[in-house]
Amino acid sequence: MNIVNLSKIAWKAILLNKARTVLTMLGIIIGVAAVIAMLAIGEGSKESIKKNISSMGANMINIRPGAGMMPGGVRDMSSMQTLKLTDYEALKSATLLKAVSPLVNGSGQAIAGSNNWATSIYGVSPEYLTIREWGLEKGTAFTNEDVKKIAKVVVIGKTVEENLFAAGEDPLGKTIRFNSTPFTVIGVLKEKGENTFGQDQDDIIIAPYTAVQKRILAQNYLQSIVASAISEDQATEAVKEVTGILEKTHKIPENEENDFNVFSQQELISTFSSTSEMLTILLVAIASISLIVGGIGIMNIMYVSVKERTREIGLRMAIGATESSILFQFLIESLLISISGGILGVLLGLAATFIVSSVIGWPVSVTVFSIVISFLVCTFTGIFFGYYPAKKGAALDPIEALRYE
Amino acid sequence: MDKAIIEINNLHRNFKMGEEIVHALRGVSLKIMRGDFVTIMGASGSGKSTLLNILGCLDKASSGDYFIDGINVSELSKRELAGIRNQKIGFIFQSYNLLARTSALENVELPLLYNPDISAIERRERAITALKRVGLESRMKHIPSQLSGGQQQRVAIARSLVNNPVILLADEATGNLDTRTSYGVMEIFQELNDNGITIGFVTHEPDIARFSKRTIILKDGLITQDGIVQDRLIAKNELAALPVIN
Repeated sequence: MNIVNLSKIAWKAILLNKARTVLTMLGIIIGVAAVIAMLAIGEGSKESIKKNISSMGANMINIRPGAGMMPGGVRDMSSMQTLKLTDYEALKSATLLKAVSPLVNGSGQAIAGSNNWATSIYGVSPEYLTIREWGLEKGTAFTNEDVKKIAKVVVIGKTVEENLFAAGEDPLGKTIRFNSTPFTVIGVLKEKGENTFGQDQDDIIIAPYTAVQKRILAQNYLQSIVASAISEDQATEAVKEVTGILEKTHKIPENEENDFNVFSQQELISTFSSTSEMLTILLVAIASISLIVGGIGIMNIMYVSVKERTREIGLRMAIGATESSILFQFLIESLLISISGGILGVLLGLAATFIVSSVIGWPVSVTVFSIVISFLVCTFTGIFFGYYPAKKGAALDPIEALRYE
Repeated sequence: MDKAIIEINNLHRNFKMGEEIVHALRGVSLKIMRGDFVTIMGASGSGKSTLLNILGCLDKASSGDYFIDGINVSELSKRELAGIRNQKIGFIFQSYNLLARTSALENVELPLLYNPDISAIERRERAITALKRVGLESRMKHIPSQLSGGQQQRVAIARSLVNNPVILLADEATGNLDTRTSYGVMEIFQELNDNGITIGFVTHEPDIARFSKRTIILKDGLITQDGIVQDRLIAKNELAALPVIN
């Protein structure tokens, strides 16, 4: 038996039945294309979520007050005043944190000249920019010195600049009023666009936390503390360390719930990724069904082919084909159909993916993995659904087969 | 004519048809020598097809010995039998059994595709030689539907020759052909036989049998007659004697 010769025979049979072969392939083509496209869309949305969340600051760790169940229900988080500046001071000693910043925020009206704009002000330390990985477009950031002096200086976001100042006007050195407190603009943040949740990240004013606490909010507690771990891998460990430190400073007994909450970006990413992953699995499962249907199509056609070529099988056996030659001839035939279908399916899938991303604008990402897996599935489909009809052909009795009308 | 190409001794073949056992062959012994041209005749049900299937290694005897070219076939596995069919036997069928939409040349090459020792180049050369022997060198690229019945049967003969078999086995090879074409085909068989090729020929037409050298008549699974053809016909002469049709 010679695989090369048998492949030639199988290839010839396929060429003699072009229309039928293409129709048979169609099931596989559509199935594979669907799997490739669905995986690309799923992977694309997962990646875009990841990118969006880490654009809010990679390795970021959030510490919020609250989470304690009090008699009478859950208390509103923002009204809880458990986070203090002492916590912030304590966290500065954490070894797994690169940067820590307190965060107090309030919303209100910002006014510059005759323009006014409703926005939020964030009171933070200079390290906040490091944590969020935000850069400055112009000007400078405030310093620890400014924090100490409770300096009334602000860095504004792009949206705020556009709404408070005329185009071409340099905001640096200008005074804006936030809830009637005057601040001097010393910097403008680089544009960042919307985040995953559709929030405009440029609609923001940043000021030293001391100034916001004392001049605007008149409060001595913090809304939250943000920090960043020294590396992505250390984020989970850092969360543990932070929790440990705060449990100590808050003097929380071992069996009681904490009055604060620590969570990392990683957790946020995995929450959103798992949602999109479930969706991907669902889409791929639906696409796989069409692949199975395609496989059944191959089996059907191979049955017809074996039946139709019964005399041919008889002749081949009479002139020296062994059972395994016949088996392999038909197996190669179904394999060629499924693999060619697979190749065309991958191309169609890539085309569909391209259309989805360029016309609808969805984020997509084609992985080598998805191509390899659909290829393997195709090969498996060809063998699995081709074997039984091929076996049937090989088991024919040559005398009976030659007599078959 | 010194060596027995085929030797069968006391061959039996029983088929089970439901409860009943049908004895298709009831002890057939036969020798076919190299260069022989044997016709096997008999009414339907006489066992001639069963005998041909066994001679062609498509079927195995229930008992008895069968030697082809010195090899004891009764001891071979299915795979080995396929090998014997591929290397030792050339089959010719009543309905030609050519592959449709496949050129004459490729049809003739077919048996060699199952012989891994033969290269693509040798395969092509041998197929061309075989087609030349049956006078079809000008029709090599034609597909069966472009050929007449006689030409198709000649392609089938070329296919049976291509593996240099020790014996050609023809099953009613002229059954689908008119007299003139039949005689044309018999002319080829006689030419091949004159060149030393051994032929086993199953037919139920007595006038076709007269082209061979020896006739065996089977009846109810036994050989009832086995004799030399006395008034042998030469196909070439018979063809010339046929009335000319425009």
